[in-house]
Amino acid sequence: MINAVGRELPEKIGSYVVKPFLGTGLAKDDYGPVVSNRRPTLKPASGTKLVATLEDAIKASGLQDGMTISFHHCFREGDKIIGQVLTAIRNLGIKNLRFAPSAVVNVKNPSVVEFVKDGTISRIEASGIRGELGDAVINGDIELDEPVILRPHGARPRAIESGDLKIDVAFLGASAADEYGNATGQVGPNACGSMGYAFVDALNAAKVVIVTDNLVDYPCCPISISQQYVDFVVKVDEIGDPAKIGAGAARMTKNPRDLMIAQYTANAIAASRRFKDGFSFQTGAGAIPIAITNFLAEKMEEREIKASFALGGIPAAIIDMYEKGLVRVVACSQSFDAVAAKAIAANPGVIEIDNAVYSNIYAKGCMLDRLNFGVLGALEIDTDFNINILTGSSGEMMGGLGGGPDVADGADISVVTLPLVRGRTPSVVPKVFTLCTPGSSVAMVVTEAGIALNPAHKRYEELKEDLAAAGIKTVTIEYLCELARSIVGTPKPIETTDRVVAVVEYRDGTVIDVIRHLKR
Amino acid sequence: MGKTALKRTSLYASGASPVNLLQARFYHEDCLVYDLEDSVPIAEKDAARLLVYHLVKYQRPTDKYVLIRVNGIYSEFIDEDLEAAVRACPDAIRIPKVEYANEVKRIAERITEIEKKAGLPVGKIELWCNIESYLGALNAREIAEADPRVVALALGAEDYTASLRATRTKEGLEIFYARNLVLTACRAAGVEAIDAVFSDINDKEGLMKDVALSKNLGFDGKTVVHPRQVDVVNAAFTPSAKEIRYAKRVLDAVEEGKREGKGAVTLDGSMIDKPMELRARTTLAQADAAGIAY
Repeated sequence: MINAVGRELPEKIGSYVVKPFLGTGLAKDDYGPVVSNRRPTLKPASGTKLVATLEDAIKASGLQDGMTISFHHCFREGDKIIGQVLTAIRNLGIKNLRFAPSAVVNVKNPSVVEFVKDGTISRIEASGIRGELGDAVINGDIELDEPVILRPHGARPRAIESGDLKIDVAFLGASAADEYGNATGQVGPNACGSMGYAFVDALNAAKVVIVTDNLVDYPCCPISISQQYVDFVVKVDEIGDPAKIGAGAARMTKNPRDLMIAQYTANAIAASRRFKDGFSFQTGAGAIPIAITNFLAEKMEEREIKASFALGGIPAAIIDMYEKGLVRVVACSQSFDAVAAKAIAANPGVIEIDNAVYSNIYAKGCMLDRLNFGVLGALEIDTDFNINILTGSSGEMMGGLGGGPDVADGADISVVTLPLVRGRTPSVVPKVFTLCTPGSSVAMVVTEAGIALNPAHKRYEELKEDLAAAGIKTVTIEYLCELARSIVGTPKPIETTDRVVAVVEYRDGTVIDVIRHLKR
Repeated sequence: MGKTALKRTSLYASGASPVNLLQARFYHEDCLVYDLEDSVPIAEKDAARLLVYHLVKYQRPTDKYVLIRVNGIYSEFIDEDLEAAVRACPDAIRIPKVEYANEVKRIAERITEIEKKAGLPVGKIELWCNIESYLGALNAREIAEADPRVVALALGAEDYTASLRATRTKEGLEIFYARNLVLTACRAAGVEAIDAVFSDINDKEGLMKDVALSKNLGFDGKTVVHPRQVDVVNAAFTPSAKEIRYAKRVLDAVEEGKREGKGAVTLDGSMIDKPMELRARTTLAQADAAGIAY
């Protein structure tokens, strides 16, 4: 079958039944009651939830072959929990698990690939499988029973609460916890800040294990994950590498191209009629987003306006705006660096939010619905403004879906920023290799070669008028595509076999694209 | 010839860096100088020449004035550089370290030969001469008038100060004389005057001061070594709204005076003399070139 964005999909992949993407704004609202694996449970007879080792916790949780385990990715590339837990599971001889973290970051030593190869893991569901695991899946080096299911952040809570993804045991890392299960990411040597991606797991898993390296006196304060959801607590030597969790604040980039893209973006946002006192925004992390944040702060000071809230993954640059009084509330689903991680405990207006509140369209309304401006990165954008944030120029796994599709859909004005070419690869192409975010939800794209507005976006006329009034010239996406081609030429098409190795879900749980095994 | 008549900024892009070569077109410089000289290591001269040739011939930006800076007149690379540069058809060739008028004549003749051989229109490619030594500075006027192809002189402060045994400072007092010498020669010859690079790319305030001096002295533009310097220098060489308004009032008053047959015209109580009128005309010409409506 062919879905609303023209992608050909099988009707069934393994046991996964494909519901084709119907278009933005067409999500069905017909779910039954929330499905949760959480059990009403009496207090532990021993008076403590602390168990000696990960093996003890795994045994006590009742984990068995074929069950589903989950993790959050708030420790990013500094995560040392996933590796330790999987090793303990392997030592206990438990096999064929469904591995369902909020995202698989590029965890090494040990790599997740090893656990797939030895049969500990046989199914994977996450927002992204960047790195070694992704490459192994797409190249067919490892064979899984079912396709990998990739979901944007906004789709995971729905999958869990609708029963598509029933979690048996959630292993939730925390940088501080007490023996009765109260836990946080905001304090301790390995603080990660917001634990936004852990809440839905804590609420709905059959068993919840808190893994910490920093056991504190009862009660832990602040409390992110409450004791009422936690079954066991394990203290390990080390849960992460602070340098990789997110070290100091990222400095303003000096790359002139990135600065130019950032300046164009800030100029376009500032030209919008929605850039006024009380507006809201999400810019994200990375060189271009941080420069955009700083340029927006300058413009807000010039115009003497304040934002009502900043949303999503938060870097130090946003905390800096808060401290200057430029933002009233900073709602953190994730904290990208040490400054942002510590800011939640220190500032009343910097708050930790559940990922479901941030991005889930089946949450009776999420914060993204109230967002004026959302800035997104992309690997590729095509002339229909469709975005690829997963696969690179050779088809390899380069990124995760993250919240990109959610932000594009939720924000009044979504802005994609990317360089026109990367090395010898064009970023603006006739057709993206993997379609992750539908073009109809993308308002504009900003490159160093100019800004293109999407005529098919609901705010097109408004944006066109506002940019023209500010004297900002625009180009067409076809012009950008042709310019990129004239510089680097047309890449050889990527060849695939028919075997689907991953499914790309949209935020409403329908399938927007699939990823096929690469022919080498 | 590129679309722009402005020469506020000329940005160097190294022939040794494919990324910089591709990226340079996207900044806001008026003139883009693809460099084969100082930024290219000896071992990469051939590769850089080939790369720049193809880039200029097949992918040059059409909204900028495009130059190729060749290696020194006495270097072993000059013949091959000229051969490639002329055939690539840039708007101009930029010659480093020019000291005598006859050097320019020789290069101009060589360019003509290559143009004829390649079946290109003769005389279309212009020349910019870099003045980078005390001899070059002293002979600036003869150099500027050496050949009709010469349209600009550009001061190179680093080599110039080295030739003088002077110390290069941010304040630039040591190049003050050379700046005036080159500028005066350019005005006498009717060619454009391009000021020297401000080297510290991290010092925006220093650059702003330096470019304000360039503009006040009368230069038409400035060479920049980093894209981050482009917008600052462009802004300095673009007349402000206030300057444009004033220039317009001066010229309106002059016109009115002519209509009414007045000998002397005043504005805000001061008499408008010829230099004021000339400055006003220059301001409006710069605004026109920058595409500013007034």
